This record gives sequence, C-alpha cells and structure tokens, in this order.
Amino acid sequence: MEMVKLTIDGKPVEVEKDATILKAAKTIGIDIPTLCYFQLKDMNIENRPGGCRICVVEVVGRRNLAPACSTNVAKDMVVNTHSIRVLNARRTVLELILSDHPAECLTCAKSGYCELQTMAQQLGVRELPFQGAQSTYRKDTSPAIIRDVDKCIMCRRCEMMCNDVQTVGALSAVNRGFMAVVAPAFEMNLEKSPCTYCGQCVSVCPTGALTEVDHSRNVINSLADPTKTVVVQTAPAVRAALGEEFGLAPGTLVTGKMVAALRRLGFDYVFDTDFAADLTIMEEGSELLDRLTRYLKGDQSVKLPILTSCCPGWVNFFEHNFPDLMDVPSTAKSPQQMFGPIAKEYFGKKLGIERKNMIVVSIMPCLAKKYECQRDEFKVNGDPDVNFSLSTRELAHLIKLANIDFNSLPDEEFDNPLGASTGAAVIFGNTGGVIEAACRTAYELYTGKKLEKVEFNELRGLENIRHATLDFNGLPINIGIAHGLGNARKLLEDVRAGKSQFHAIEIMACPGGCIGGGGQPFHHGDSEIIKQRAAAIYREDAAKPIRKSHENPFIIELYKEFLGKPLSEKSHHLLHTRYFDKSAATYVEE
Amino acid sequence: MAKIKLSERKLQELKEVCKSFNNDKGELINVLHKAQSIFGYLPAELQEVIAKELNVSVAHVYGVVTFYSFFTMTPKGQHPISICLGTACYVRGAEKVLEEFRRVLKIQVGETTADGKFSLSCLRCVGACGLAPVVLVGEKVYGRVSPDGVKDIVAEYNN
Repeated sequence: MEMVKLTIDGKPVEVEKDATILKAAKTIGIDIPTLCYFQLKDMNIENRPGGCRICVVEVVGRRNLAPACSTNVAKDMVVNTHSIRVLNARRTVLELILSDHPAECLTCAKSGYCELQTMAQQLGVRELPFQGAQSTYRKDTSPAIIRDVDKCIMCRRCEMMCNDVQTVGALSAVNRGFMAVVAPAFEMNLEKSPCTYCGQCVSVCPTGALTEVDHSRNVINSLADPTKTVVVQTAPAVRAALGEEFGLAPGTLVTGKMVAALRRLGFDYVFDTDFAADLTIMEEGSELLDRLTRYLKGDQSVKLPILTSCCPGWVNFFEHNFPDLMDVPSTAKSPQQMFGPIAKEYFGKKLGIERKNMIVVSIMPCLAKKYECQRDEFKVNGDPDVNFSLSTRELAHLIKLANIDFNSLPDEEFDNPLGASTGAAVIFGNTGGVIEAACRTAYELYTGKKLEKVEFNELRGLENIRHATLDFNGLPINIGIAHGLGNARKLLEDVRAGKSQFHAIEIMACPGGCIGGGGQPFHHGDSEIIKQRAAAIYREDAAKPIRKSHENPFIIELYKEFLGKPLSEKSHHLLHTRYFDKSAATYVEE
Repeated sequence: MAKIKLSERKLQELKEVCKSFNNDKGELINVLHKAQSIFGYLPAELQEVIAKELNVSVAHVYGVVTFYSFFTMTPKGQHPISICLGTACYVRGAEKVLEEFRRVLKIQVGETTADGKFSLSCLRCVGACGLAPVVLVGEKVYGRVSPDGVKDIVAEYNN
C-alpha cells in the first residue's frame, strides 16, 4: 500500500494512502475529538456518517473545515487540528447540537458516562446561546431497553449496530429535518419490533437516548423486606469486567471482591451462575451426544447441527427469523434460567422457604436477560423462576450507592451448594467458551477416555465465524462458532439451505461473546478491553482445580439427590424449554 | 393502528412490479413510486409487504417513506388540491388563498377531508408564474385565484 507524507499540527506523519486525517493523527498521538464516529477495531465495526461535524479540522488550501473522520489524507497536506478557527467551530457545532437536547443531566441515567456531557466539558461550554423549540417524542419502555429519543443526536451508531452488525433491522432513521430521529418502523414501541434486546445499541449510544431498564429499586426493596430470602447469581462475564467501574485495569479478575460486595449489599446467599452453567453442560452435552449417536446410527428424524440456546438475544433472533428451524436448537434453558428453578424448587424447598418468599436476582453482562426472566414459560403460577436481572453497570451503581469501598474488600468465596463451579463454566463468558465446555464433557462421555489437554485452542479467538474439526477418538466432529447476530445469520442460512457441515454450532449475539454484552461497562470501541476481558476469563479457567462440568461434586450431588440424571423427566420439566414462532409478528394490530 | 385489507388484485400487481425489478433492494424507491401509484398511498400494511418482497427491514422502508415528502401514508382525496407557494404566487397572495382553502375545507395542509373528497398540499413553483396565484386540483390548473374564488372552485367538485 502506497504511503503518503503529510503534516498535522506541525508534525510530520506518514500513513497509508487510504487513511483518514483522524487515523493519521492517531498514529502520532493526536486524538481529534469525535462524537458520532465509532469504531470497534479488529471486529470490522465502524460508524462513520460524518454527521456531527465535531471532528472538523483546518486543511491549508481548503476553504471550509474538513471532517477528520471522513477526509482522506493527501500528499503534502497541512492540517491544523486545534486552531482558534477550529475550536470556535467545534464549540458552535456542539452548542447547536445542545440546542435540541434536554438539559437533564442531573436526573439522566447516563450522567457521568455521557459522551455529549464529556464533550461539553472538554470544549468548555458555559452557556447555551441557541434557545428555541425542541423536538419531543414519546418515551418508549420495553422489557429491557428504554428509548428516550428527545436525547438522540442522530449519530446513527445504534442504527449501524442493529442493521449492519446484528442484521436485526429494528431501527432506522425516520422523518427529516427537525423531526428526524432513529426509531422502529412506524415509530411504534420497541417491544413490537423485531428487537432481540441484545443491547448493542445501548452499549454504543453516546447519550441517554438508549439506556437499560433498571431494576435496582426492585432489588433494594427485596433486600429490605425481612420476609424475603434474596438469592443472587453472577454470570461469568461479570467478574472479568466489574473492576473497570472502580478504576481497575481491564482484565482484572474481581471474583472474590464481587462476592464480598454482594454479601455486604445484604444478599442472603451469594451463588454463582457458573454452577448452573455446569448444569447446562450436563443437559446440553447429553442432548448433543444423544442426537449425535442417533444420527450416526442412521436415525433420519434427528436434526443436526445442534445449536446452543443460552443466549436470549440469539433465541429471540432465531424465533423471529428462523422459525422453520425450531427443532434445531438445544432445548436446554440458559444457565440463568436453570438456576432459577433449582434455587426455588430444590434449594428453597430444602430450607422450607415458600417459593414466593424467595427472590432470585441475577447479575448479568446482558440486557436480554431482563427480558428473558419475564418470559411466561419461565414462571410457575405467575411467579418467575428468576425475579430480576441486573446488568454489570447496575451492580456497580448499587455498590457505589451503598458506599462500599470495592477496592479494599477482601476476597470471599461463593456460598454452597449453588456456588461451586468448574473452569468449563467460567469460559461461558467468551465466544467459543460454551462449545468448548460442552466438548470437554462430550468427549469424555462419548469416548470413555480422559482428555489429555483440557483447552481446545482451535475454538478460541475473536474472528467473526470460526470452525474447527475435533477428533472424538476417530470420529470427526465439526464445530461452528459465530458471535454477532449478523454472523449467526450466515451460519443459519447455511443450515436452512441444508449446506451446513457442522454437528454443533455455538452462537452469541454480542461481539466477543458475553464479555462484550450490552450490560457491561462501556468500552467506547476499545477492542483491547474486550481482549483483556477474554484473557481474564481463560485465566480464571486455568486456575480452577476442576475444569470439566461433569466433575463438579455439587452437580453430581444435585443429580443424585434431586434430578436423577441428565434428560430425566425432572430435568426436562425444570431445565428444558420450548421456542415460539415470532415471524408473523407485525406492527399493525388486527 | 387497525389492520386494513389490501386489495388482492393490487397486491398481485405490486408483487409483479417487485419481480420486474428482480426483488432488488436497491430499487426500493422505484418500487415505492409504483406502489403509491397503484394504491394511492403507502399504508403500514403495504410497507410490510414491500419489506418482505425486497428482503429489507420494515424500519428501513418506513425510513425512506418518511424521508421523501412525495411519499404519503394517508390516502389523498379524490380531488387533490395543491397550492403553489413559489415566489411569484407567494407575492401575489398565495398564503391568503391557502388560508381560505383551510377555512372552507376545515383541514390542515397534508390532511384529507373526512368524506375523502379533498386533500390539501403545497407545492413549490409549478412554472405558471404568469397565472399567479396558481392552484391545481388534480391535473386542472386554476390561475389568478383569489380568496373569494376558493369556494366556487370547491363547489365545482361538490356536485
């Protein structure tokens, strides 16, 4: 690639011919302020509408200011990124954006995390000279995501994630001029749209236009209620990212402190979703083996590949777009939803606690889990198996609200019997982790041999679609992995066309897997953070004494005492589910 | 929003149109033009059909429909009335003519009368400046329209 020499702020720089001024400046440590621009490097995700005009710079010889994100470099170009003309223009642009933005920082859910707020501070905005009418819209609350689009600045990031990356198509820019906004079709509520609640729109929104439904108040009320036993479960991906909210470096494992904080918040029992992940492997691994052996024996009625089903964003996507393949995913519930019935029916009953007096709270990196726990099939007589799901961000808020000094907490252990887990369970947080965990168990159950090496490195990595062939004692097993719903769609279309070569496919809706979930601390496009979180998850796995789900003694005990064996009638009743055809859903009522 | 029943015959015609464009999502605007000419307007139910035919999201179709002022989601009246607000007509009192139409028909710009007879919209210069102020009813051009003459124009179509 041909290189080009130019000058930025008096400094010489040499970059590829097709680089933008923004990229060129970055290579010499100059960070031109941006607002609508967003990039998740290494994952091919970029939003570059050139719309906000915050990143404008002076280019000698060019009459008007150039948007750095969308202007290519040229030989001998001379750029000034912070002349007085640029600074004045940048501030005026921001004042114009703010002229149609509610001045609600004090009560806004995004306060302290808002990129618009940060920009106003950075540019020294001290007054709002442009007063006038403001465009107002109806507030939209869905089970997981709140749309308050009075705050929308038309950066188009959410539209990009939803349409280009996730290929869900729930959002689009609509109307024009003053009334332009990003909304679902017919400006109906998100709940009526094909939205999967994956939350990627929330994780990229620079303002408070898109936020999550916050159940902290419900949890606080439950904790304060002396008649309730409140039990909490924590997802694997949370422990690799929670520390970031307290100033710790990305990739710092804070499992022990997380448990200590939850105990101090007043939860009666601090359990681990990872325990239920081991359970999921028992059920799903057995289902995989059952289908595989019947298929190999020539049973034509058996559907392969088997698809993982622990991701509710993925399940939603599936129900909307591939209902014709309904019997392809595993019937196993997600770890969150397996935990609920075990907590209420097994643990709670053992302690003599009435079902309605046990509140199960989950801490998840995910927003779709908020929607998942209120699905009707996950309730018994109206009482949900999992009452509330909080995101990693909400937990951090709660810890700060309770004035707990997170960084000085001692490391504590989970409670038993629902707190012990293996390394296989913790890798659920990464893309490729669920299927690796399943293979660790499936290999040993199928071949009867012990795995020499527990890590399946060929299943790891951040490429969008990965595949590997594993050797089960001479039997080749083809594994497919996708993260991001757009990539999932590609794999599913192959399955629909009968072209899929895979025996098992793992899908996670979020880029990077759960560690990049919609409820995690904002990464602002820094893919290094996602890589560090993934590495932390693998470190926790390597440090565990037990690394295969079927060797978890508490899981063995649970089957012996209560469930019988995987895929038993009791297991089916409590730990398996069914799916619903949502393809005919329309915005227009009958 | 209650569901409306779209004419099967017209739907078939529309599906043929999509096929003639190879169901290419890049032809969305052309398809919408044809659809509006077949149905008179683009209700939500129709946008859902088009989205399916061209394999795009309904949200995207809605985004395009709301972006271009030519596309409408409400049916136009039997006699669509358009008042020119271009420069020549404007300085010769087009606004007063518009106000009178609003008063007589009891609707705002962009709306249709309850009996479906008349709808009101504004145009930019139609190029008949010598006849300013100009009003179009359907294809018929009325020149030198005064506020007094408005109710006579409306009466012409009320027989």
